[in-house]
Amino acid sequence: MRTAISGLDLRRATSVDDALRMLADEARTPIAGATDFYVALNFGTLAPRRFVDIWGIDDLRGIDVRHDVLVMGALTTYTDIIRSPLVAERLPMLIDAARQIGGPQIQNRGTIAGNVANGSPAADAVPVFAAADAVVVLRSIRQERRVPITQFYTAYRTSVMRADELIVAVEVPRVDGKQWFRKVGTRAAQAISKIVAAGVRGASPKFALGSVAPTVVRAYATERALASGTPIEQAALTLTREIAPIDDVRSTADYRGQVAQRLLRRFWSETN
Amino acid sequence: MRFTLNGVATNVDAHPMSRLLDVVREECQLTGTKEGCGEGECGACTVLVDGDPVCSCLVPLAQVEGAEVVTIEGLGDDHPLQHAFMNEVGAQCGICTPGMIMAALSLEPDASIDDIKVALSGNLCRCTGYSAIYRAIMKARQP
Ligand SMILES: Cc1cc2nc3c(=O)[nH]c(=O)nc-3n(C[C@H](O)[C@H](O)[C@H](O)COP(=O)(O)OP(=O)(O)OC[C@H]3O[C@@H](n4cnc5c(N)ncnc54)[C@H](O)[C@@H]3O)c2cc1C
Ligand code: FES
Ligand code: FES
Repeated sequence: MRTAISGLDLRRATSVDDALRMLADEARTPIAGATDFYVALNFGTLAPRRFVDIWGIDDLRGIDVRHDVLVMGALTTYTDIIRSPLVAERLPMLIDAARQIGGPQIQNRGTIAGNVANGSPAADAVPVFAAADAVVVLRSIRQERRVPITQFYTAYRTSVMRADELIVAVEVPRVDGKQWFRKVGTRAAQAISKIVAAGVRGASPKFALGSVAPTVVRAYATERALASGTPIEQAALTLTREIAPIDDVRSTADYRGQVAQRLLRRFWSETN
Repeated sequence: MRFTLNGVATNVDAHPMSRLLDVVREECQLTGTKEGCGEGECGACTVLVDGDPVCSCLVPLAQVEGAEVVTIEGLGDDHPLQHAFMNEVGAQCGICTPGMIMAALSLEPDASIDDIKVALSGNLCRCTGYSAIYRAIMKARQP
């Protein structure tokens, strides 16, 4: 491991309030399943020195439906999602995504709040949340607020979450229409997405993409085109104007642009 | 920090952010658990925490307080999977083998070949080409 841990300070929270008090007292980075965090620690690329372990807070676990809204605690793991009858019934595209995140070892530890908070444009659960109009529930010692996932990110790996806030849950209202998810990577397991998309085919279609811009993209103009009966080829051109893919180690901008269009066509034909 | 290691109550005095992998190998001197990548990709460091396979290179020691940890040593020397990996040459250099076996432990007795592939999708092997590993696991479940 390339980080000397002797200088790191970890406190363990036993309740949500306990964690929020620690975050209010001084700058601390939360650790959930540690599957993103320990990669950075092993790499030696980690700047923070003070941490709060939230893994032991059972109040942040559990999947429930309240007032017709699917409520998933921050520490919900991919394994919890895969096994949940409520998610299977209400948000099956999240199960499709969860099955393709890492292998079982990662699915047993990786959490939805970690996926959202980490802020990677390649995070696989995030386009699902965006297409489903999910809401991130943020809490600090002073207040609780709800931010739609489509307004959560402000720039690459930057969000509206404040240093004294924790994600306590993700809420997903009832989704109307057929759900669809597709991840394009080098192989099914363990691979970071080159591009990832989620869609809902209902009266007003919804389509969101990851890895095609600094943050998740909800393709509103494309959705409007589809809703008004625009032919899919033309809608695909609209989509290219809504994304801003880059060249990186995993793929090129040109490839991503073409695959994004192809995914939109697939979404449309496979949900017909 | 107290936890149960292979059924034995254990108390180690290490930094709470130590990797479980290092604690098992260095403090507890159980070197069956291997480090491949140190970043969650290869599964060589797989152990069970409260019955679930996890990458011990990504688990802070603090998160296993009070938990049941099982490493490859916890299986003893006579487990059907161990024999099958030997007999089917599911192990060549052997670095991936403890992790493969720990990941395979979670399979149901009636698991199909596809179930096996999914269960081992977080484990990499650069020697065997995998088919001997899948064969070993299939054989181990036949009495
Ligand atoms: C081998 C491997 C494969 C992977 N494959 C995929 C993949 O296919 N797709 C994918 O999307 N991801 C993948 N990941 C990344 C990772 O597993 C996920 O992003 C996971 O959901 C992170 O959750 P965590 O609980 O482990 O987060 P942690 O590592 O604990 O935390 C990540 C970040 O989120 C913050 N955070 C965590 N919880 C909260 C909270 N409640 N409130 C506020 N901030 C919080 C932390 O401070 C930290 O900055 C992979 C990782 C590995 C190691
Ligand atoms: S060493 Fe832990 S997954 Fe490779
Ligand atoms: S036997 Fe050598 S890596 Fe699997």
